[in-house]
Amino acid sequence: MENFSPTDPMIPRSYRVKRKIRESHDTFTLDLQPDNLEEKTNFAPGQFNMLYTFGVGEVPISISGPMKESGHILHTIRGVGNVTQALNNLKIGQKVGLRGPFGNAWPIEEAKGKDVIIMAGGIGLAPLRPAVYSLFSQRQQYGDIALLYGSRKQEDLLFHKEFETWRGKYGIQVKVTVDTGDRSWKGNVGVVTTLVPRVSFDPSNCIAMICGPEVMMRFSALELTHAGLTEDKIFITMERNMKCAVGFCGHCQFGPAFICKDGPVFRYDQIKPFISTREF
Amino acid sequence: MKTLESVLIKHPFFENLDKPYLELVTGCAKNVKFEAGQFICQHDDEANQFYIIRHGKVALEICPPGKAPVTVQTVSEGEILGWAWLVPPYRWHLDAHAIELTRAIALDGQCLRKKCEEDKNLGYELLKRLLPAIGRSMEATRLQLLDIYGARD
Amino acid sequence: MNKSEVIDKEGLNRLIQILIGRGYEVVGPTVRDEAIIYDQVFSIEDFPAGWTDEQEGGIYRLKKRSDEALFGYNLGPHSWKKFLHPPERKLWQAQKEGLDFDIIPEKPEHKKYAFLGARSCELHAVAIQDKVFMQGTHTDLHYQALRKNALFVAVNCGQAASTCFCVSMQTGPEVENGHDLVLTEVLDDKRHDFLIEAGSEAGKNILKEVKAKPAGEGDIKKTKEIIANTATQMGRKMDTENIKELLYENLNHLNWDKIAERCLSCANCTMVCPTCFCSTVEDVTDITGEHAERWQKWDSCFTMDFSSIHGGVVRNSTKSRYRQWMVHKLASWQDQFDTSGCVGCGRCITWCPVGIDLTQEVGLIRKSEPGQSGILSGNEGQNENS
Repeated sequence: MENFSPTDPMIPRSYRVKRKIRESHDTFTLDLQPDNLEEKTNFAPGQFNMLYTFGVGEVPISISGPMKESGHILHTIRGVGNVTQALNNLKIGQKVGLRGPFGNAWPIEEAKGKDVIIMAGGIGLAPLRPAVYSLFSQRQQYGDIALLYGSRKQEDLLFHKEFETWRGKYGIQVKVTVDTGDRSWKGNVGVVTTLVPRVSFDPSNCIAMICGPEVMMRFSALELTHAGLTEDKIFITMERNMKCAVGFCGHCQFGPAFICKDGPVFRYDQIKPFISTREF
Repeated sequence: MKTLESVLIKHPFFENLDKPYLELVTGCAKNVKFEAGQFICQHDDEANQFYIIRHGKVALEICPPGKAPVTVQTVSEGEILGWAWLVPPYRWHLDAHAIELTRAIALDGQCLRKKCEEDKNLGYELLKRLLPAIGRSMEATRLQLLDIYGARD
Repeated sequence: MNKSEVIDKEGLNRLIQILIGRGYEVVGPTVRDEAIIYDQVFSIEDFPAGWTDEQEGGIYRLKKRSDEALFGYNLGPHSWKKFLHPPERKLWQAQKEGLDFDIIPEKPEHKKYAFLGARSCELHAVAIQDKVFMQGTHTDLHYQALRKNALFVAVNCGQAASTCFCVSMQTGPEVENGHDLVLTEVLDDKRHDFLIEAGSEAGKNILKEVKAKPAGEGDIKKTKEIIANTATQMGRKMDTENIKELLYENLNHLNWDKIAERCLSCANCTMVCPTCFCSTVEDVTDITGEHAERWQKWDSCFTMDFSSIHGGVVRNSTKSRYRQWMVHKLASWQDQFDTSGCVGCGRCITWCPVGIDLTQEVGLIRKSEPGQSGILSGNEGQNENS
């Protein structure tokens, strides 16, 4: 009894788990395919979908790929809540409800002709991965590209198998750091902000895209401004409670903006005053 | 000595240091090299060195009893290692070892202290360079304390 | 200008019958639980004839009038949003089939409402909710279906409550927009009539059927006098000059702490506010686990859960929640929807159990030194890092 209404933004569409990729001990990627094979799975890097599991609920999940092929769509998820755990329990072929894609995109166009700094913390690399792919697809349009990635421990690092290709094939600077390391970790230990002085970029002609916990983004933006970037060249993503994703429910309001439709990507100078206000 | 001086002035820590001061500092300097895995200092050892890292990577570790050592910070090219040489009782607070082949310039702590006492302007100049580095490392520690990437529920 | 005509009480009954005949569910004022509320009406017998209300911060009580006026009250706790944007609504249901499930959408309701007795501030409130649900990136199809079918028979206010401040918000008291028909109750020793004017083609069409008498010069003059008189009765005032900047600059004002000492975080203000639109969703499953439903329900920024993200609640303190409500209503609403979110109806003042009065609170913030603790002073971020 398929009866999905394409026009009602509150009605989930039917998707199925095509593939499941374990990314780390608590994070996995669901590759989803629409039941309706006519359906377009296009999205812009930075956008998110609302994923529903039967009887449990719905959560916003950022889209982590792919960029070129269509007909399927990747979501990288950390299994920490009820719904995300339920998503983790899904088997290949099982159904999920999907609404989206929602939200705005990373400033891929604006970054053309400039150096690009991508700063990610933890699962924050997931919504940035499509941005990275977009830059690669027109690599010659951009100057130096640097990815600065921080996570809690070595075993939490996402997509690290791709880093060598990113370095080698696309010539980007990839710097990784963890908050604490053991003897098997030969990389950097320290917060992600410490990586900024270790990459080369022209602060007067550079765009930065940051995604991670809010505190991490605040300090990262601060570090980048120390390095000479102006706040209007820094873009971050915001997270707030979200129920509808289309601007009706009011939950994700953040001062002048609705994170679901005006964000999740914001220019730092435009929201900094509100980020700096406690409990806003 | 000529080569040490030219290396020092190129290191971010000594950027734009006045020539007379640079000469004073160079007087306390020597080249050092650590193989991967080699310890540079250990907790509670006398802290007589101030390292200017030229190349490589050093892990600062704490080793809780009965547990595996935990790396809390790494320092690499362009950074410095150690400030205990300036503060009595001049003892290292952490264990540090090279993760990979590391080249550095070691400045003798006692020698530096003596020169700073004799020329307070040099002392102040060094302190102005040292304090931001210590401050940054403290800020980074605060962020690490928050465990922002940790499971939050 | 539209032609003014006159009907008497029987004419008003005729109007109700015509609306019912055209398939409308007529909703109007009626007395229940010691308040004047909005519910289905069938004739003027259901109206609160001879009743008025007395309002102050935290106070609402019905009082007998010395006359039999049908619209002689101010505003009750209800607003029309409860019909267009119902307190709870099923969005869809899902049925499990083995490991699969199917989602069955709820079809938009095509019910025809005729709202009788809407005041000017309330029409402005509806226009504001129209922006939220129909003029953004997405359209709420359920709201739209009800809204497109709705007919508004408005009433010009013949009096104002002590909590009213529509004049400050430029939303009244005269009905100017958003109505299909507008009534003005004219009542004295000699007559009990209603001046009636159409505000839309649909209104004109209906008015033809009502068989009203043409209005005289005197009737029109009388109407103007009534409205002008109401405008002088505003019990509250709000200085809206640069109010957005004022509030944005004072997000850390000490007055928020003062308000929080009284605010119970009960959410009454958001429930009675005719523009507050926030909702949440609830997923329910039946006992077999085979059938799930998703419901949309009114929510309030005063609840703890409203701002929860995994790992915590963003707005933990009462202070931050009140600030969210008021700054949204009066400031960020302008950024979001190009209009204030306040229509000056005063319901939030009346129905606040402790009588918090937003006009007064804005005044207190305005009276103090601007910008000393606000976001535009640029100090805060730096302080936190030191």
